[in-house]
Amino acid sequence: MKSIDAHSHVRGESVYLDDIPLVQGTLFACVFDSPIAHGKLKSVDTTEAELSEGVFRVITAKDISGENQIGGIVPDEPLLAHGEVHFAGQPIAIVLAETEELAKKASRKITVEIEELEPVLDPRVAAANGDLIVPAKQFVLGDTSNAFANCEHVFEGRTETNGQEHLYIETQGAYALPTEQGGLKIYSSTQGPTAVQRAVCRVTGLPMHHVEVDVQRLGGGFGGKEDQANAWAAICAVGAQLTKRPVKYALHRMEDMRMTGKRHPYSSDYKIGLDKELKIVAYEVTFYQNAGAACDLSPPVLERTLFHCTNSYFIPNVRATAYCCRTNLPPNTAFRGFGGPQAMFVIESAIAHAAEKLGVSSSEIQRKNLIGDGDEFPYGQIAESDAITSWMQGDAEYDFAALAKEADEFNSTSKYFRKGVAIMPVCFGISFTKTPMNQARSLVHVYTDGSVAVSTGAVEMGQGVNTKIAQVAAKVFGLSIEKVRLHTANTLRIANTSPTAASAAADLNGKATQIACEQIRDRLFEVAKPLVEAETVDSLSLENGFIYRDGERTSLDWQTLVMDAHLQRVNLSEHAHYTTPGINFDWGTAKGHPFAYHVYGTAIVGVTVDCLRGRYAVDYVKCCHDFGSSMNTAVDHGQIEGGIVQGIGWMTMEEVVYDEKGRLRSNALSTYKVPDIYSVPKDIEILPLETSRENLAIFNSKAVGEPPLMYGIGAFFAVRNAINAFNHTSPEFIAPFTPERVLMNLFRNDNRDVVG
Amino acid sequence: MLQFILNDQDISTDLPGGMTLLDFVRYRQNLKGTKIGCREGDCGACTIMIGELVEDEMRYRTMTSCLMPLANAAGMHIVTIEGINPTDGSLTPVQKAMVDESGTQCGFCTVGFVLSLTNFCIEASRNANPAPQGHSEAEQSVMKRAKESAVSSIDGNICRCTGYKSIERAACRLSEQLPVNSEQFVPEYFSKIVSRLQALRNAATQAETRAVASVPVVSGGTDVYVQRPEELAEIDANHLFYDDELREIRDLGDTIEIGASVTVSDLIESPVMNAVFPDLYKHLKLVSSTPIRNMATLAGNFVNASPIGDMTIWFLALDAEIILRARSGSDRILALKDLYLGYKHLAKQSDEIITAIRFRKPGADSYFNFEKVSKRTYLDIATVNTAISLKLADETESEIRNPNSEIVEAHVSAGGVAPIPLYLKETSAFLSGKQIDAETIAAANEIMQAEISPISDVRGTADYKRLLLRQLFRAHFVELFATEFTDITES
Repeated sequence: MKSIDAHSHVRGESVYLDDIPLVQGTLFACVFDSPIAHGKLKSVDTTEAELSEGVFRVITAKDISGENQIGGIVPDEPLLAHGEVHFAGQPIAIVLAETEELAKKASRKITVEIEELEPVLDPRVAAANGDLIVPAKQFVLGDTSNAFANCEHVFEGRTETNGQEHLYIETQGAYALPTEQGGLKIYSSTQGPTAVQRAVCRVTGLPMHHVEVDVQRLGGGFGGKEDQANAWAAICAVGAQLTKRPVKYALHRMEDMRMTGKRHPYSSDYKIGLDKELKIVAYEVTFYQNAGAACDLSPPVLERTLFHCTNSYFIPNVRATAYCCRTNLPPNTAFRGFGGPQAMFVIESAIAHAAEKLGVSSSEIQRKNLIGDGDEFPYGQIAESDAITSWMQGDAEYDFAALAKEADEFNSTSKYFRKGVAIMPVCFGISFTKTPMNQARSLVHVYTDGSVAVSTGAVEMGQGVNTKIAQVAAKVFGLSIEKVRLHTANTLRIANTSPTAASAAADLNGKATQIACEQIRDRLFEVAKPLVEAETVDSLSLENGFIYRDGERTSLDWQTLVMDAHLQRVNLSEHAHYTTPGINFDWGTAKGHPFAYHVYGTAIVGVTVDCLRGRYAVDYVKCCHDFGSSMNTAVDHGQIEGGIVQGIGWMTMEEVVYDEKGRLRSNALSTYKVPDIYSVPKDIEILPLETSRENLAIFNSKAVGEPPLMYGIGAFFAVRNAINAFNHTSPEFIAPFTPERVLMNLFRNDNRDVVG
Repeated sequence: MLQFILNDQDISTDLPGGMTLLDFVRYRQNLKGTKIGCREGDCGACTIMIGELVEDEMRYRTMTSCLMPLANAAGMHIVTIEGINPTDGSLTPVQKAMVDESGTQCGFCTVGFVLSLTNFCIEASRNANPAPQGHSEAEQSVMKRAKESAVSSIDGNICRCTGYKSIERAACRLSEQLPVNSEQFVPEYFSKIVSRLQALRNAATQAETRAVASVPVVSGGTDVYVQRPEELAEIDANHLFYDDELREIRDLGDTIEIGASVTVSDLIESPVMNAVFPDLYKHLKLVSSTPIRNMATLAGNFVNASPIGDMTIWFLALDAEIILRARSGSDRILALKDLYLGYKHLAKQSDEIITAIRFRKPGADSYFNFEKVSKRTYLDIATVNTAISLKLADETESEIRNPNSEIVEAHVSAGGVAPIPLYLKETSAFLSGKQIDAETIAAANEIMQAEISPISDVRGTADYKRLLLRQLFRAHFVELFATEFTDITES
């Protein structure tokens, strides 16, 4: 089953924000943003800009009719800066002009007076200053202090992971149109229509029922348009409210990169203790999360870091502490994996560190400590684990030892090249860790011609959620997928939505759709029962566009049945509600059962490093992945390949660079590099984990959006192993492994004649 | 008045020639299939096909419309996705391959891939012989090359969703179907384009061509449209890209002369160049991407004066000279290495334009190598690049290059290590008369390190650039002479 959008995508007929036909009178916005990362905003002079050609109006903080605030979790993020600026790229003023070019031109004529203050860029400095966005959070299992005392081996160290630019190819944007009675209709490129609605209502002072948010699709999101889409919609809304004209703002790439937050960089300390048999007995970890200048989604990201601090391993004694540190960077935000990858990097580093010191392979420690059925996660949930099975099935298919041996043999004969291999197990929890967010609704209409329209709160951004939801409706109604059409995520049709995030959209919205369709189907069965002379509705089923009785096709087709039902005044629409059962979490005790289920997998990653030049290539990623029972292998394989490559990018070439003043230097595609077709693994193999275990996923088809990204972490350790094979220098655990860091490590002890 | 054909439509427009083709097709023609991703030629979402009439045949190349001035469309056939789509709503073989292999997720980059692959298919079908059906080694090798070409056609398209594997599968599948009638890949109206362009060409008045040497001068646009797009969008610059006088590559016996508007792709396809540079494609593949190589001209690279301009570094090591023509029409010759006075400061009058590049044709006794490392190996700007040409005393006919020969003449260049693209004068002079051995290389490095002055920036720290140049300098010799280390070329 191919994506239902593929046909219009390849013909260039799919509609994204910038493709929406313009309404006459539309004004174009351009934001003037702070050139300084931290300072007192003494004055803003917009006079020249207002006189500039084609300018209709310039808006600053004082003009906002509602509250100048878009912070969702903590109200610490003004829409437009006033009094102080907290990051370079913070919006200060909005220019509205007749064209995009004129708005841009005018925005350059705005001047500001800022008294510069020292920017804080290092999360450890922020933590030392006590500048935390929320109080520190901690998970405790067992007693690490006592456990360390009894450990045979204890190792301590530090790791760094950098941020990651989302680089959705479609930049952020919104289009606001005034409607009757002072209301607004907002088109937004957002993963969270309700979050946009709330932000718009807050800044305009409108109640939510006056504001409609509509999302057709996104040209990529990856978490970057979960909370960070709010500002642009709010800016357009404020403009539309003040001018009574439609206002559009599709960001230029450099504006987008400069003004929006990214994956959180983390600096972390670990301490790992093992017994003689290489069992990990105790693990302490402290995470310093670089949250940026405002809260955004940093606390839940930080929480997921804690949830995944032991990755796929069972460790009986754990103490994990996490600090949400306020710095003068753009507010960092959700990014595929949502804090999980940062946590897994630390435990994998700790294991690599221990393995190196003990003269064993990391895989030996990894394998011995995989979490088993019935083991407890540090947050209290009991594992139904496929960590070991995914490892064993992967090993059986790919032969991990043979791959390692192949690399060793290559290394013993090659002069300038080294191969490195690393295994990366992954365990990722599915559900929003904030339990109330695990709800969704679906609106299903069956029309009298037999066609079906479905609306949910899920936002299609390439991950195939709409295809899966269409499959759900088609399956319940026994129709071909062409009979089902997915409509926009729209707050008038579906209210109070959770964002499309946490890999959970297909589960939540799919299940809501399943419920809605089943209710309509049950009513149709009542109508059908006398028509096909069935004894009970239980004997009926819908398949291939017909009613079946006891498995036999009847002469009653879907369309006739639907029309009959309508004439009998039977309701052909349903608005259903789904909540994930059995989940809970108590932050008081930091224990509970937060996840509907976990996704497991094991990947082996092989790389080749050119030790003359410091370049490298990923030769293969081979994984055994837990799909549950995939309802769409084409979509799911695409998620795995894409996730792996994005994870490799984060670990290798993608480097977010800020200068000492907190200004983004990697501010364009010419300076920020994501994988191209030549830098992806030559070979990606995906083996579905064989399991008969039941789960809470839609049709047992487990969430697949985020987990595969973390296989990419293996690339870091594979490169590191290759460098070690060249010179045994034990490179530090600092990601990404750019060609610079690789070459500098390759010749760490051999620099004298370079500068001489 | 600019005249060209956009898809199936004749266009005549008085809009400024500096407007980007991207803005023209999206916002003036309402063809929304062409997407905006970065506006600096780095993502390929705005890729379009440009068809040029060459000797009564259409030749298509992809370009990024965000960096392409409307003026460069004059007399051409411009093709967007809307000009490819079958009118009955069905899919072309390229589109079908992308759908069947799930090569599209969010869809935003997809059209760029479809255009790149379509361009590949029609050009490959035009050029190629019948598809090999057998399994002989030679046939397998042809198949492999076809796959490589298919993949290289999309080397300028960035996708953030798929991880490319599905797109790669689609590309391979298409390469297996080749060649077929190119009509399969494009609608019926393409067959009339040759005659329509001929008619257009005959009718066109030549009046406005470069009579006025207006400033600025724009060639392929790949640098200036990144640097000052808004300024250029409103004006008619002096557009030289399709000036036929400037597009020739000529073998003059002892020297090779290349017109200023010759693109990197023209070099790659040139029999003259391939005859003297056996590794031409391998080296030039490191330069940007297919659509940018289709637009980027040599003179543009030289006058942009980027300290890391790949082609500048390349020609510096060939000890090339450039021909400068003043508005008065008088020519003068300048060594390329003398063009650079300081950061973006050129020994060139503002009314002078480069018309050609000339260099001595390398003989059998000459060796040339180009090295480049960037954060991403392909489709990236160099952190450090370097080229070397060596003339050796030993003129053996042997296949094995003799590393023990004496160097008679050496020219070494390096980018990313100084405010200008650097000709390493001292290092080059030092190498002359030396034997090629570890000592010479080490000693040359000492001199080289004293000649360079790298700074730390977003592409790397100064220390790294010094180390990297040392390594790439070593790599020159490993590539050229250390035949026992064959694995060096495997990656």
